[in-house]
Amino acid sequence: MPDTRQTPIKVGIGTPLSRVDGVDKVTGQALYAAEYVVPGMLHGVIVSGRIAKGRIAVIDEAAARAVPGVAEVLTHRNRPHVAWRDSAHKDELSIPGDPFVALRDDRILFSGQPVALVLADSFEAARFAASLLDVTYEEEPHNVDFDLSLAEKTLPLWKRKSFHAPKSHGDADTAYAEADLRHEGEYRLATEHHNPMEMHASTVHWHGDGTITVYDKCQGAQGVRDFIASSFGFRSKDVRVVNAYVGGAFGSGLRPQYQVQLAVLAAKHLQRSVRVVMTRQQMFTHVHRPQAIYSIKLGAERTGKLTSMIHDATTSTSRFENNLEDVVTWGMINYACLNMRGEYTVAPRDTYTSSDMRAPGAATGMTLFEIAMDELAYKAKVDPLEFRLLNYSDEDAMNRQPFTSKALREAYREGAAAFGWQGRPIEPRQMRDGREMIGWGVATGIWDAQFSKTSARATLLADGRLEVASATADIGTGTYTVMTLVAADTLGIAPERITSRLGDSDLPTAPVEGGSWGAASTGAAVQLACRSVAERLLKAAAKVEGQPLAAASSIDDLVFADGRMALRADPGRSVAIIDAMQAAGLDRIEVEETAATGLRGLVSQARKSRKTHSAVFAEVRVDEELGQIRVTRIVSAIAAGRIINPKTSRSQILGGVVMGIGMALHEETLADLRLGRWMNHNYAEYHIPAHADIHDIEVIFVDEPDPEVTPLGVKGLGEIGIISVAGAIANAIFHATGQRHRSLPITLDKLVA
Amino acid sequence: MSQAALSLKDDPGPALASRPIGTLPVRLTINGEDHALDLEPWVTLLDLLRERLHLTGTKKGCDHGQCGSCTVLVDGTRLNACLKLAVSLDGSEVTTIEGLGQPGNLHPLQAAFIEHDAFQCGYCTPGQICSAVGLIAEGHAHTRDEVREQMSGNLCRCGAYTNIADAILDVMGQEGRE
Repeated sequence: MPDTRQTPIKVGIGTPLSRVDGVDKVTGQALYAAEYVVPGMLHGVIVSGRIAKGRIAVIDEAAARAVPGVAEVLTHRNRPHVAWRDSAHKDELSIPGDPFVALRDDRILFSGQPVALVLADSFEAARFAASLLDVTYEEEPHNVDFDLSLAEKTLPLWKRKSFHAPKSHGDADTAYAEADLRHEGEYRLATEHHNPMEMHASTVHWHGDGTITVYDKCQGAQGVRDFIASSFGFRSKDVRVVNAYVGGAFGSGLRPQYQVQLAVLAAKHLQRSVRVVMTRQQMFTHVHRPQAIYSIKLGAERTGKLTSMIHDATTSTSRFENNLEDVVTWGMINYACLNMRGEYTVAPRDTYTSSDMRAPGAATGMTLFEIAMDELAYKAKVDPLEFRLLNYSDEDAMNRQPFTSKALREAYREGAAAFGWQGRPIEPRQMRDGREMIGWGVATGIWDAQFSKTSARATLLADGRLEVASATADIGTGTYTVMTLVAADTLGIAPERITSRLGDSDLPTAPVEGGSWGAASTGAAVQLACRSVAERLLKAAAKVEGQPLAAASSIDDLVFADGRMALRADPGRSVAIIDAMQAAGLDRIEVEETAATGLRGLVSQARKSRKTHSAVFAEVRVDEELGQIRVTRIVSAIAAGRIINPKTSRSQILGGVVMGIGMALHEETLADLRLGRWMNHNYAEYHIPAHADIHDIEVIFVDEPDPEVTPLGVKGLGEIGIISVAGAIANAIFHATGQRHRSLPITLDKLVA
Repeated sequence: MSQAALSLKDDPGPALASRPIGTLPVRLTINGEDHALDLEPWVTLLDLLRERLHLTGTKKGCDHGQCGSCTVLVDGTRLNACLKLAVSLDGSEVTTIEGLGQPGNLHPLQAAFIEHDAFQCGYCTPGQICSAVGLIAEGHAHTRDEVREQMSGNLCRCGAYTNIADAILDVMGQEGRE
C-alpha cells in the first residue's frame, strides 16, 4: 500500500486521496434519507403481510385509528390513484414481468408484502398503531422451496436487456464422454440479502405547490424521479429526488423500493410531508441474491488441459417478474476450451423478485465454477494455480473475441508471490498448527468493464474555486472523491478548492450507479466538462497582457498544475487561472458535457471483450474438534485497468472480500417452507461478517494500461472484489481438511457432519 | 403495565388503544448541553436523539441492539441507544458523534478514520467511532485481535474492518506514546 501521508506534487488520477466527504461522515453531518428535517411531517410505519400468497379479506382499522396521534391508515382500499398500466411502473432497470406496486389491490404475492401504512405524528404512535391493525387473509397454497420450484424452471421468452445467453461451441457432450479426466458436480448458493446498514427510507417533502422533494435511499435519483412521475401522476419537473448520502446498497437501491411508493402515496393522499423507514426485518421482504443450483461437467486431457465444459444453472425468481443473471458464461469466457455448452433457467417461487446483488451472476456462477475447477485440478494432480495457467485463455473463449486487455497472468503472479503460494503441498491435510488444520486455496474472478452515458457540469468561479456536478450517486464507492480527483487532474486545481456534487435528480443526467460503471463513466464526463473549461480558459488567456500562452494551439499544448496553465514546451510561460478569468472579465465558466460511447467505442465494443479480472488467494484455519473456520489471510490481486484513487479503490476491494467471506461462511437466508417466510430476518440470525471474522486482507492492483476499454482506461471496481472469494475459501477448506464442500455457505454444521 | 400489554394482545380494542400516553420529566446532558424533557416512556434514546433533537449522527441500523450503528457514550460507557428507554437515563450524560468532534475540531479517532479510509458509505461510522472511544476508555484491548473481538458489536456492511482496526490501533498507539 502506498504511503498516503506523502503529499504528491500534483494531486490527480492515481493519487491516494482521503475521501472528500470524510469529514461529513465522521462527524455525523452527512444526511441520509431518513434524516432530513421537514416541518409538519408524518411518520409512516409499514404493516407487513403475514401470508405468502392469497388475498386480504378484511382489515380492521378501528384500534389503530383510535391511537392518539394517528392521522391515517393507508391501504389498497383508500390509496390514491396509481397508474393501472404495468408499463407505467417500469423503472430504469425493470425486468420482464409485472413490477410490484405497493397497495395496488388485495392480492398477496409474497410474505412480508406491505399491506398498510400507518401514519401518525410520532414514530412511536405509528408503530404502536401498526401493531394493532388486524388483517384477515384468505390463504392460497404457496411455494418458497427452491428445490420444489425447479420443476417449473424455464428460460423465459422475454429477457432483461443485460442478459447474455451462453454460446455453445464444438460438441461438449462427446468431448466429455471421451475425456481422459472427468469431473461432475452440483454446486449451490443460498439466498442472500443485501443488508446495507442503512435501511431503505424515504422522506417526502410536500411543498404544497404541486412539487415534491423526495429524499430517498437509492442508487439513482433520476430513475426514482421518473418512476414517481410515471407511477403516481406527477410531472417529472415537479419531482426532485435527493440521495446525497446513501448508507450502502450493493444493488438493493438499483430499482425504486416499496417504501418510496408508500411514502409518495401517503403524501399525495394527505397532501402532507411523510417519512417512511423500513425496519431491519422489512429489509428481508424485498430484493435478495437468488438462490442457485449449478451443475458442472468438466472433461480434460490427462495433463489437465480442458476439453469440455458443460454448464447448467438455475436461479430463483418470483412469480411476477423474471430476474435473469449471467451465471454460466463466466467460466466459458475465462478458460480455453474447444467444446462448451451452457444452459440457464430461472425457477419461480412465491417470494419477492430476486435482484442484482454485488456482482450479480458472476459472484454466483464464477465462484461456484472455481470450486469445480479446483476439483478437476486435483483429479489431474496439478497445482490449482498451475492448472488455471494451463487453461489460460488470451481471448474471450466463449465470444471468441480478443480482450481490450487481460492482465490476469500478472495478477496470478503478483498475488501468488505476495501470498507465498510457492511450495504449497498439493495434497490436503498437510499443514497444521496445533489443533488447527491450515489450507490454501486459489480462485479466479471476472467481471464486465462497463461504461454508461453520463453528463457532468463544471463551474469555475473567478476566485479559482471549481464545482463539478452530476446526478450520479456515491453509495460508499468514493464517487465524490473520484470526481474531485479527475477535476484536479484535468485543471490542476487543488482538491480543497473543488466541490463535488451528486445525488440530486436536478443535476446533469447520469445513470443509476451500479455494474461498476460509475468511476469510468462519471470520471469521463467530469474530465470532458473540465476540458471544455480548459479550452475556454485558453481563450481567456489570450486577453492576458503579453499573451504568454500564444504558442498553444490547443489545451493539449498546456500543462495544468497549481492553479496555473503553462506551456508544455516552455513551462516558464504560464498564466494563473484566476488571472485569465480576470483578464477576460469572466466571473464564471460553466460547461456541461456528456461522455458517451462514440463510433470508435461502438466498433470496439462489437469486436472486443472488456473484462476485469482477479486472482484470489485464501488461507483458512479449521479447528479439527470444533469445526470453526477462520479465514486468516486473503490476497486479492486485481487487474482493473487504471486506478483513479488507490486509497478508496483498495477499500472497495476490501469490502468485496469481506462480503465474499460472508458468502463463504455465514450468509444464508432460510425460509420456513410452511409459512413461506424468511425466518432469520435480522442481523442476529443472518450473520454478516463482524470485526472478529476478518483478519488480514491484502489488495494488489496490477498494472494494466488499457486506453481502449473506456475513455479514462478505468474498468471499475465495485463488483470484482467479491467474485470467487468464496471459491478460494472453499478450495482452501478442502486443502485444510480434505472435505469438499459444494454448497455455500460452508457453515460449521456441514463441516462436522 | 404487563397486564395491559397482555390484554392488548387479546383484545386490541379502540377503547384501550385510545388512551393517551402520559409523559415523564427527564433531565439529560447531551454533548454538554442540558435538556429538560417531557417524554413518553416508550421513546428510546435513539429515537429521542434522531427524531426529536435532530442529532441524526447517531444511526438506526436495526433497532434491536444487533448492529451497533446507534452506539453512543452514556456517562462515558458505550451502549446501544436503541436498547435504552430515554426516561431510564434521568441525570445521565450522553455524548454522541456530534459532541465528540466537529469539522475543524476532529477527535483523534475521527481523523484516524479519515486517514485510514475506515468507512465507505459512512452509515455505521459514528457508531464505530463512539464504540472505539468506549473501547479505548475501557482499556481491555491491547492487541489487534482484542480490538477486533471487542469491536464486534459494530457491524460494517461495506467491510471496512481492517481499516477500522488500523485507525483504532493508530490512535491507541498515539495515546500510548503520550
